[in-house]
Amino acid sequence: MKKSKKALLLLTMVISIIHLIPFYLLITVSFKPADDTSSKWLPPATLYLDNFINAWKEANLGQAFVNNILITAISVLLVVFLGACASYPLARYKTRLNRFMFVFFISAMIVPPLTILVPLYKFIVDIGGLNQPWAIILLHVTFNLPITIFLFTGFINTIPRELDEAAMIDGMSRFSLFFRIIMPLLKPVTVTVMILTGVNVWNDYQFSVFFLQSSESHTLTVALSSFFSQYVNNVGWVAAGSLLSSLPIIILYLFLQKYFISGLSSGAVKG
Amino acid sequence: MFRPYQIKQTVLATPENGKKGRRIVDTEVRTQIQFVKKGLRRKKISSTVWLNVMYLPALLLFIVFIFYPFFKGLQISFTNWDGFSQTYDWIGLDNYKRMLHDPNIGTIIKNTLIYGIGSTLFQNIIGLAYALLLNQEMKTRGITRTIIYLPVIISPLIMGYIWYFFFQYDGGALNDIILLFRNTPLNILADPQWNVWIIMFVNTYQYLGIAMVIYLAGLQTIPRDFYEAAQIDGASSWQRFKHVTLPMLMPSITINIVLNLVGGLKLFDVIISLTKGGPGYASQSLSTVMYKYYFASMDAGYAAALGNLMFVLISVISITALIYLRRKEIAG
Repeated sequence: MKKSKKALLLLTMVISIIHLIPFYLLITVSFKPADDTSSKWLPPATLYLDNFINAWKEANLGQAFVNNILITAISVLLVVFLGACASYPLARYKTRLNRFMFVFFISAMIVPPLTILVPLYKFIVDIGGLNQPWAIILLHVTFNLPITIFLFTGFINTIPRELDEAAMIDGMSRFSLFFRIIMPLLKPVTVTVMILTGVNVWNDYQFSVFFLQSSESHTLTVALSSFFSQYVNNVGWVAAGSLLSSLPIIILYLFLQKYFISGLSSGAVKG
Repeated sequence: MFRPYQIKQTVLATPENGKKGRRIVDTEVRTQIQFVKKGLRRKKISSTVWLNVMYLPALLLFIVFIFYPFFKGLQISFTNWDGFSQTYDWIGLDNYKRMLHDPNIGTIIKNTLIYGIGSTLFQNIIGLAYALLLNQEMKTRGITRTIIYLPVIISPLIMGYIWYFFFQYDGGALNDIILLFRNTPLNILADPQWNVWIIMFVNTYQYLGIAMVIYLAGLQTIPRDFYEAAQIDGASSWQRFKHVTLPMLMPSITINIVLNLVGGLKLFDVIISLTKGGPGYASQSLSTVMYKYYFASMDAGYAAALGNLMFVLISVISITALIYLRRKEIAG
């Protein structure tokens, strides 16, 4: 029994190491100067930081960071607010209309955003939203709303109606009831939605690459991809830029692991 | 909560006091009832209708950014619009007919299916194996789970770059190993036979963690008694897995398969960062080729048609899989 336990332990360690290989390579590459032709497997000989400095300057990562933070923060706030608001009537008043609306909102989950890229791009250009943060924010909000509404509605269903009735007998209006009683109760599912949307928006490339084309509107992923096509031979810079862009989310993940894993997985459980 | 019908019943249940009296009471009560009913109904309707205002912003966003473009996309796919000029002609079904004769469409659909179905297969097999392993009591369980899940939070574009360092021809980490055994390095990312599978592999590696976590959660819902009962009946560990674990995991299997199918079929970022769909069309999927036709070839009408094809493909495959697996869940 003890022997098999040891074997299992060894197995998990081997698996962990294999899974860490890409991250190890990312780190070694980002700390090596371009003229260092030693194998990527070898750790860097000296602590060489120029890759980070150059990547920061050349890819304009400072601006990209500001854009990323701004777009992610506003999108997350809007998704939480609009999603919670939309879910309340859908969960509490299951009239025929609202049941239909619920299905309508959820069914949008099966439309992969990319399939409507052509008309969407034309539309955004027509309304003057190209390279504008507000346009990409509205797109992120729209495409993250279905799952948000799904999660919030499910959660509100579990809050007893008696709570609403008690508050209404005390003379509260429906709206203040929602904002003062229901909203505070939504905390756990709000954390889930924030992580889900936050990770999606922070990492997004497939929208940003189309709708944020001017260099001052670039987010991190778009800045990196245009940087990569420019300096395809200078992998050190690209690695340093990639590492910098992922670092905030990796640090958050390591500290809030429990919430990340349960949050992202409950986002997955939508079928 | 008050319901008008309940009031009607309680009021009508008052005792009758002779013919004359009853009529008076009746009309009085009836008008009262009607008054109350009307008032309540109006109040109820107005408060719920007013509350529906709360989903109007969301509804507006959906109509503007999903449903309007969706129907507009159908319309564009019947034109020869180039993507920027003001004028275009209606060409009917020509874009769809063109698909049938497109020499690359076979490769593109095959690749899309490899990304979708291939990733699904591997994510589920490996994810389930990892979940079974990590379901055992051991010290390193937490940290291993953290490590396997880590790639999920990285941008797929960046994940592609990271693996590029591994697979690249010139000084790639894989070639450092290969050069120990043979003289020529492999140019695996430019090899049409290999690069599709590499992309599928990277996608699998990245999202394996989600499948694993969902399976772990599923495993924890299986009561221990089931295994004990099976053991008493003399079931081998394989039989226990087949007859207890798998059927009990069916809901998790459904979720994972549908999720991974959709994720793989619409894969975009990893392809862009590893091969850009090349060489030629060798590793293009529907999503990347659509991008190419729209922005590089100024062929918006055809790109829109490809988008619709992708929509149909993804929804047909994922909904079929969902219905099939749900049925199995019930049967099993």
